[in-house]
Parts: sequence; structure tokens; C-alpha cells
Amino acid sequence: MTTSSRFLLAAFALTGFAALAQPALAAGGAEQPPRQKWTFSGPFGTFDRAQLQRGFKVYREVCASCHGLEKLSFRNLSQPGGPGFTDGQVRTLATEYKVMDGPNEAGEMFERPARPSDRFPKPFPNPEAAKAANNGAVPPDFSVIAKARTYERGFPFYLFDIVTQYQEQGVDYITALLLGYEEPPKGVTVEAGLHWNRYFPGNKIAMGNPLVAVFDDAGKPHDAGFYTDGTPVTREQVARDVTAFLMWAAEPKMEERKQTGTKVMLWLILLAGLLYLTKKRIWSRLEGAH
Amino acid sequence: MAEHHSSYVPKTGFERWLDARLPIVRLMHDSAVSYPVPRNLNYFWTFGGILMFMLVSQIVTGIVLVMHYTPHVDHAFQSVEHIMRDVNYGWLMRYMHANGASMFFIAVYIHIFRGMYYGSYKAPREVLWILGVVIFLLMMATAFLGYVLPWGQMSFWGATVITNLFSAIPVVGETIVVWLWGGYSVDNPTLNRFFSLHYLLPFMIFGVVILHVWALHHVGQNNPSGVEVKNYKKDTVPFTPYATVKDLFAMVCFMIFFAWFVFYHPNFLGHADNYIPADPLKTPAHIVPEWYFLPFYGILRAIPDKLGGVVAMFASIAILAFLPWLDTSKVRSGKYRPWFKFAFWTFVVVSVLLGYTGSQPTDKVVLAIGGRTVMDMVGFAQILTAIYFAYFLVALPLLGLIEKPKALPASIADSVLGPAGSGHIAGAHAAPPKH
Repeated sequence: MTTSSRFLLAAFALTGFAALAQPALAAGGAEQPPRQKWTFSGPFGTFDRAQLQRGFKVYREVCASCHGLEKLSFRNLSQPGGPGFTDGQVRTLATEYKVMDGPNEAGEMFERPARPSDRFPKPFPNPEAAKAANNGAVPPDFSVIAKARTYERGFPFYLFDIVTQYQEQGVDYITALLLGYEEPPKGVTVEAGLHWNRYFPGNKIAMGNPLVAVFDDAGKPHDAGFYTDGTPVTREQVARDVTAFLMWAAEPKMEERKQTGTKVMLWLILLAGLLYLTKKRIWSRLEGAH
Repeated sequence: MAEHHSSYVPKTGFERWLDARLPIVRLMHDSAVSYPVPRNLNYFWTFGGILMFMLVSQIVTGIVLVMHYTPHVDHAFQSVEHIMRDVNYGWLMRYMHANGASMFFIAVYIHIFRGMYYGSYKAPREVLWILGVVIFLLMMATAFLGYVLPWGQMSFWGATVITNLFSAIPVVGETIVVWLWGGYSVDNPTLNRFFSLHYLLPFMIFGVVILHVWALHHVGQNNPSGVEVKNYKKDTVPFTPYATVKDLFAMVCFMIFFAWFVFYHPNFLGHADNYIPADPLKTPAHIVPEWYFLPFYGILRAIPDKLGGVVAMFASIAILAFLPWLDTSKVRSGKYRPWFKFAFWTFVVVSVLLGYTGSQPTDKVVLAIGGRTVMDMVGFAQILTAIYFAYFLVALPLLGLIEKPKALPASIADSVLGPAGSGHIAGAHAAPPKH
């Protein structure tokens, strides 16, 4: 390649990318969430099974009363690349839920214990009921929430993200949000039914601090045995665990995707190398070829 | 140059029989094997092949996705998640399709800028160029329609904003918008017709691509020197194996780039908001189109008047079709035009900056002196829009008249080997010219 065509190539690459804009979440007064370390980041990232199991416990005992997980079935919990529950555990777990089925032969709907193939039941029968129970706000479903939240990286950082593969904006934000409840700054009034959060866009969030279900005001767990696998029960740990679980819920095929990616990449790079050598060889038949 | 002899010799009895009735093997041979290719093409000439690959990839993944997708406001979002979770390799199909749209546009922008830099639109390639502009327009329509189908927040609100543009048309605007929607707002009928058209348009693109390739093979490829082929033996090489292997290599390199996003960063090019199901009662804080539309969106918002903005936006694309006649220079390749080079790179930078303005809130301050806003995003976009159009309407017509181009090589072979070395090419014989 000549110098000018190399320059052209570089310029085109820039053209393509400088125009990329990440969605702009209203950043009104909210801080950028701190970066967390996740086992699932990077090209070889995998979920930490134990963390997903702990996160599921947090979801179930803290979040599930308001937030649905309607795109997931119980059976997903034992699928490869997930929390790694056994089929038996999932069957037992499912029976603890009641789902509506029917109509039966008499034409009536009936309740029965859930089966692994059932989806997680919704916490509210309809959005109106959800509103009535939550000060007029509908708690969002959690199935893809980890991909539906982000914060603005700004130029030029989103360009670096292409190379570093940093894409954990959503989970970093959710963790920060869970830990971001605090007293409002002096002189700021927070209306009834709203709460002050350092990381929420606009800072005033309808959801109360969910971690009070696990911790008292001093940050001490109500139940020191909340986790059964010996993991210390701290606010940070609980926030990170449930966030990791939400990431898996939003992207249950992530491990399969990244592992397929490794094979595809190796194959493509090998093929490209062979094609390059073939091309060189064929073009060398020409006089003055470069 | 144009027409060249067919060098196809049927080998078997069947081939001779078929050739006398439907010379399809001859057609393939002439256009993909013996077709003479200028020997000095650089890697920017591989993007045509890459675009062909992208079109096929989009159609194949799209057809599979349609088998599992439900075009209904109550089910669309859910069915996309069904594809991601329950369909074997559904995640691969969907991420390839969604990222494929972006890859398609990256490749097409490189392809267009290459044509603009090397003057590929000039005679005798005007029709070839215009067909390209038609393909570009169809691509934009297809991409827009496709983005609506997952029925997320950005799908819904993007569709609302863009269809509302037609209401700017005097007298009949409102009627047209209601007709497009199939109702009084973006709703299920809109989703259904968008789905239908999103399936139709790629096949129309395919049809125009065939015309585009036909026109290309009729007039022959341009090349970095811009000098026409004079001697087939010295200036060209046969498409196979020379261009075939080079195109394949470039295509696989592009696939590596594509795979990087599909497997490792699949949501980078999308919007997080589109993972929130569409809600007609809740407007997102910022409605931003996909990155490939941003420069045009920037132009749209630069004009304070709604109709004016819409006209400017469509004009900014339509003006491409007039390039062959706006550029008055007799020299084809920008390589030999020092002033043109400057204008061209300014145009490229301005296009990128227009994209930036399109991605930002309109009231964002660009320049403030002493706490007073001197220029906001709209003001900045106005200046850029003026430069954008000045490239076509002022720079190109004028430069051709006043610029003194550098000396051109006598032939393509000269541009590769230097004037002395343009001897024979061992082992490479493209089809000789008829005349």
C-alpha cells in the first residue's frame, strides 16, 4: 500500500468511528459510576456460578416482590453458562411458585405449582396494580435491565471501548445505584415518595433503598448467615452479586457467544493469513508487483 | 474500452449445448474470471465485494430471524428475546443482523468516499454512480425500517420522529403521515407495514446491485491513477485469480472486524434504550438515530424551519447524484489534484463533525466567551451544513476551472512500473479488446 492509501485508510477508519454516538442518558446531576471488576468482562469472561447463585437469592428475597423476570423460565437456571443449579434443585424451586393454568375440562382456570418450563410469575397482575402499589411508578421488569441501562462515556472514551471491550456500563451503573442512596445535599428538598441517589439521573428516584431488606442503618446484616457459602455479607458484595445475576439474566448465552467467538476468530485469522500468502504468491507473477 | 471479447471456450458437450441456448456459464466466465481489472487497484477497491458479502449476510440472517419473529406490538419485543434465549444460535443471527447493518454502512461509506476521492463518478461512469446513490437510499430506508422492528423505546420514538418529518410537506403533509402510519399514531399497523417493507427492500437493493455491477462491467473499473485502460495486456490483469484472491483476503479481514463486534461487543453500536419495550406514553430523554444517520440528522436539525430542515436533509443525499456534473475537472483522480485534496478532506471532516452534532442535544454549548454562549450545537451544525453544500456547489465546480493538476502517468502500467518498465506481464492475460 502506498502512503496516501494508508492515510486514506486511517482517515476512513476515523470517519466510521468518530460518528458513533452512544445513547445519551439524561445525566442531570448524576455522577459517573465507579468501574467494577467483573468475572464476565473481556473476551474470555465467564460468570462466577457461586456469585450468580447468591445474586439469585438476593433477587428472590429482595427484588422479586416488585420486579418481574418475565422473559426467564425456571429451567434457565440450570442451563449451561448460568448459575449452575441442578435440574433437581430447579424442579424443587419451581414448585415453590404458583402459576395460573387452564382452562381445565370444566372451563375453569386453576392454580398449580410451577414447573421448570414455566416462566417466572409476574409480581403484579397488570401495570395498574403495579402503579397502585408503588406510588404511581411501575417497577421495570428485570429480564434485560442490565442491557437497558448505561451511562454516557463521552468522546473519546467510547472509541477506546472498542479496543478494550469495556461494555459493563450497565452493571457498573446498577451496582453504583444500589450503593448510591444517601442523605440529600443541604438545601435540597426531596419530595415525598422520592429518594436521593448519587448515581440516578436527576438524583431523585422513586424506589427506596432496597438493601434495607438485608442491612440495618449501620450496614450490619440482619442475618449474618444470609449467604450460606461463607461469602461475607457486605453491602458491596450483595449489590455486586445481584447485579451479576441480572447480567446473566439479560444475556444468558454470553459464555456461549464469547467461546464461539474464540473459535471463529482463530479460524478467520488463520484463513486470512493463508489468503494473504496465496495473494502474495499469485501477484508475484506480475512484473513490478508489490 | 467497454465491450471485450468473450474468452470462454466450452469444454464439454453439455457446456456447448447449454452455451448455444443460455450462455450463463459464458456470462459468469466473462464477468468473474476473464474480466480485465486495472492492475493498480488498491485495497479500497475491495469494498464492492465486501458490500456484496454484507448484503448476502443480511438477507440470510434476516430470513432466519423472520422465522422466529412476530410483527405485533404486543409480541415483537418478546419474540426478539425469544430469539436471543430459546432459538439455537438465535443470538448469533440477531447480533450478526443488528451489527451487520452497521458494518454495511461502514463499508458503504468507505466505498462512497473512495469513489469521490478517485473521481469514479466521472464519465463514462455517471449511471454506475447514480445507481450507487439509489442503492444508498434504499439501504437507509431498509435500515430505518429494520430498527423499528424490535419495538424498543428507540424503535418507537425513532419511527415517530422520522415519519413526522413528512408532516412538513405543505397541504398534504398530515394526510401523508396518517397514511404512512395506517392510523393516527405509530402503532400496530405501522409495525406491520414496516416489517413488510423491510423484507421487500433488500431484494430491491439486490436488483439495483445487479444493474450497478452490470454498469461497472460495461464501462470497466476506475483506478487510483484515474487513467483509462489503454493496453489490456499491460494495464490489466484477469479478475481470476488476481482480484478474486485479493477480494477474498480483504473480505476475511473485514469479517474479523465484524466478528469482533458480534462476539465480543454486540451492543456497542446500538442504544441501551432499545432494550426497554416501546412505551408511547414515555418519551426518552434523547432520541438519537443510529450512528450512520447522524450526519443527515445533524443537517436536519441545523435548519430552524421544519420544512427547510427536511428539504436540506434530502438534498444532502440527492446532491450526490449530481456529482458527475458538478465536478468540472478533466482530471479524474484526486491524487493529481492538490486543491481538490484539501477540499475533499475538509468535506470528510465536516461530515464526521455533522455526525457529532447530530448525536448531541441541540442546546449544548459549543463555544462560550466570558460565560456568554456564542455558539450552540445548532449554530455549529449550520456552519458545517454550509460547508457540506459548498463542497458540491462551490468547490467542485470552481476547482476544475482554476486548479493546476499534477502530471498524469501516461498509462496504468506506467503508474505501477514507471515509464521505463511497462513491459509485458508474465502469465497474466486479460481478455483482449475487440477493437
